[in-house]
Amino acid sequence: MVGALLLTIVLAPSAAIVLILLARRPRLAEGLNLAASVIAFLAALALPALSLTGAHVYWASYIILDPFGAWVILCSAIVYLLASIYAIGYMRLLEEEDSLPRFYALFAGFGLTTLVGPMMNSAGLYWIAIELTTLVSAFLVAFERAPESIEAAWKYIIVVSGGISLALLGTVLFYWAGSFVLGPHYDMTWAVLRGAAPQMNPAVLLLAFLLVLVGYGTKVGLAPMHTWLPDAHSEGPAPVSALLSGALLNTAMVGIVRYLAIIEAAHPGPLPRLVLVVLGAFSLFVAAMFIVRQRGIKRLMAYSSVEHMGIMALGFGFGGVLGVAGALYHMLNHTLNKSLMFFGAGSMMRSYQTKDIGAIRDVGRRFPVVGALWLAGAVAITGAPPFGLFASEFTILRAGLRGPQVWAAIVMALLLIVIFIAFLNHFREMYFTPTPAEAEPAPARPVGAWCAVPMWLALVPLLVFGLWWPEAIWQYFGAIAHGLTPSSGVIGTGL
Amino acid sequence: MLVAHLSPLAASLFSLIAIASLLLAFVMLGSRWLRHYLYAFALESWLIAALSAAVGYYGQYPELYLIAVLTAVFRGCLLPYLLLRIVRRLNVARELHVVVQASSSLVIGAFAVVFALVVATHIGDTLGLGGTVVVLALTVMLSMKLIGFLMLTVRHEAISQILGLLVLENGIFLGSQILVPGMPLLLEIVILFDLLIIVACFGLLVQYLISHVGTTSSLKLRRLVG
Repeated sequence: MVGALLLTIVLAPSAAIVLILLARRPRLAEGLNLAASVIAFLAALALPALSLTGAHVYWASYIILDPFGAWVILCSAIVYLLASIYAIGYMRLLEEEDSLPRFYALFAGFGLTTLVGPMMNSAGLYWIAIELTTLVSAFLVAFERAPESIEAAWKYIIVVSGGISLALLGTVLFYWAGSFVLGPHYDMTWAVLRGAAPQMNPAVLLLAFLLVLVGYGTKVGLAPMHTWLPDAHSEGPAPVSALLSGALLNTAMVGIVRYLAIIEAAHPGPLPRLVLVVLGAFSLFVAAMFIVRQRGIKRLMAYSSVEHMGIMALGFGFGGVLGVAGALYHMLNHTLNKSLMFFGAGSMMRSYQTKDIGAIRDVGRRFPVVGALWLAGAVAITGAPPFGLFASEFTILRAGLRGPQVWAAIVMALLLIVIFIAFLNHFREMYFTPTPAEAEPAPARPVGAWCAVPMWLALVPLLVFGLWWPEAIWQYFGAIAHGLTPSSGVIGTGL
Repeated sequence: MLVAHLSPLAASLFSLIAIASLLLAFVMLGSRWLRHYLYAFALESWLIAALSAAVGYYGQYPELYLIAVLTAVFRGCLLPYLLLRIVRRLNVARELHVVVQASSSLVIGAFAVVFALVVATHIGDTLGLGGTVVVLALTVMLSMKLIGFLMLTVRHEAISQILGLLVLENGIFLGSQILVPGMPLLLEIVILFDLLIIVACFGLLVQYLISHVGTTSSLKLRRLVG
C-alpha cells in the first residue's frame, strides 16, 4: 500500500514530464502538470497516517518512508498542487505560449525532485536528490531570460553547488567514520549510521556534521549562507518562487534534521545543537535587517523565507517534543502561507508591472478580494494570531524557554517583533498610502480565478490550523520527536 | 581498513599521486590562462583515475577498476571536452581583472594547505593513524576544498568558477578513493553522471549569460543587491 503510494508520487510527475515533452502543446501541458500535482497530493495525503506503523523500507533499502519524511512529502505535495493551479493563471500572463511546455516539464521535474528527496534512505542518494533540485530549479529561475533572472540563476547554481560540495565532503567523512565500526562495505542508510554513531570517533563525527550542516544549510538558506536565496526567489516566476520557498527549503532541512539525529545518538555534548541554534538566530537577525529596508516586493518575501527557515532551525535546534513539534507544524504553516504570499506578490507584480514596493499603491481598493487575502496572509506570516504560524512560533518559543538556550528564545522573540513591525509597515504603505495625485495610476490588470483560488486554498487551512490543532497531529509529531531523540529507546525504528 | 596494512610501495604511490594532484591545483591557482586550468584539470582527473586503479589493485577492490575507467572517460575526457567547447565560445583567453594577483593567491593557497595539514594531523592523531597515508589524504582533500573555494572567490570568469567547483569535487573524490574505497559502487557512478549533468547545465547557463547578459564575468553581475 505504502509502496504503491510512493510509486504513484514518483510516477505521476514523471509521466507528466514525458507526455508534456512528447505533446508540446501549451494547454495540454498545463492540464498534465495539474493532474500530476493533484494525484501526488492525494497520494501524499494518505502517507502520514500510514507511516505511523513504523519505517517502510523499499528497493534494497534505498527508499524509506518514516513519519518525518511523510510529513515533508505532504508539505511539498501541497505547495506543488497550489503552485500548479496558480501557474496556469500566472504563466498565461507572460504571453510566451511556445515556451510553456518547457516550463511545465521543468516545473513537474522540480516538483518531483522535492518530493523524492525526503524518501531517500541513503545519505549519498539524498545528496544527489538535493543536487538535482538545484539543477532543475536553476533553469526555472532563469526561465524568463531577463538579465536579472540569468544573473540570479548563475549565483544560485554557483553558491549552492559550492555549499553542497561541503555536504558531500561531510557525507564521505560520515561514511569513513562508520567504516571503522562497520567495515569497508556497508549501506549508508540513516538507521545504520545512527546505530553506529556511538562507536564512531567523536572528532570525525563532529567535523562531518559541521560540514553537512553548512552544506545543506546553504540550501536551506540559513544565514550567512543565504546569499543566493533572495536573488533566486525574486527573479523566478512566482509559482517557482513558491515551490522554492515552500518545498525546496524543507527538503534540504530534512538532511540537517536526519544528520542531527545521527550525531545526537553519539551524545556529542551541546555543540551540534548550539551551532544550529546560532545559525537559526543569525538567520532571523539578517532577515530582520533586510526586511526593514527592503524595496522589492518579492525580495521581501524571500527574506521572510530566510526568517522562517531560521525559526525552523531554532525549533529543531531546541529539540525535545515541543521544539520538534513546533518546527514541523511551522513547516506546514510556512508552506501554506509563503505560497499565498508569493501568489499575491506575483499577481501584484503583474498587475502593476513593477517589483518596487514604492510603486504598488492602493492595493486594497483596487483588488478588494485578492488584496484582502494577501493582507490576511501578511498578518499571518508575521506570526499574529489567529493564524497557524502564531501557534507554531509560540510552541518553538516555549521549547526555547524550557531548554538551555534561553538567550536564543529571547532573541527570537525580539526579532519577531521587529519583523512584525517592518513587514506590516510595507503592507501599510501598499494598502493605505494614497497615490500621489499627479501620478497617473497604471491600468491595473484584474487577477484571474486561477490566481485567486489557490490563495483561498492556502488561507483557509491556515486559519483553521491556527484555531484548532487536532489531537492526532500532536500525537503524530510526538512520534516523530521520539524517533529523532536518542533517549527514547526506539533508536533505528523512527528514523 | 585498507590503510592499516599497506605495503610501503603502495603507500608511497598513493602519496605521490595525491601530492601531484595538489600541485596541479596550485598550477590552476597560479595561472591566469583559461586553457591552463583546463589542462591541469584534465591531468588531475587522469591522476585520480590512476589512483582508483592503484587502490583497486592494492586493496583488492575489483569494482574500483570500473570506477577508474569511468573517471578517465568522464572526468578525463568528456568534462574537459565540454569545458573546452565553453571556452571556445567565450572569446576570453584569460582572466582580465584579477582581484588577487596570482602570486598572492599562491601564498594564500599555501596557508590553506598548512591549515588543512593541522586539521588532518589532529584527526589522524585522535584515530591513532598519525603519520599514515590517511593524514595525507585528508590534507589533500581539505586543501583542495579550500583552494577550490579560493578560486571561486578570486576568479570572475564563468569558466574559472565552474573549474573551481570541479576542483572541490576532485578533492573529495581523490580523498574518498583512499579513505573509503568500499563506498557503494552505485553511489560513485551516480555522482560521476551527476557531474556530467552539472557541467552540461553550466554550459547552458554560460550560453544564456553570453546571449542575454553580454558578459561572463561575475564582476559585472551586480544588478541584484540588498
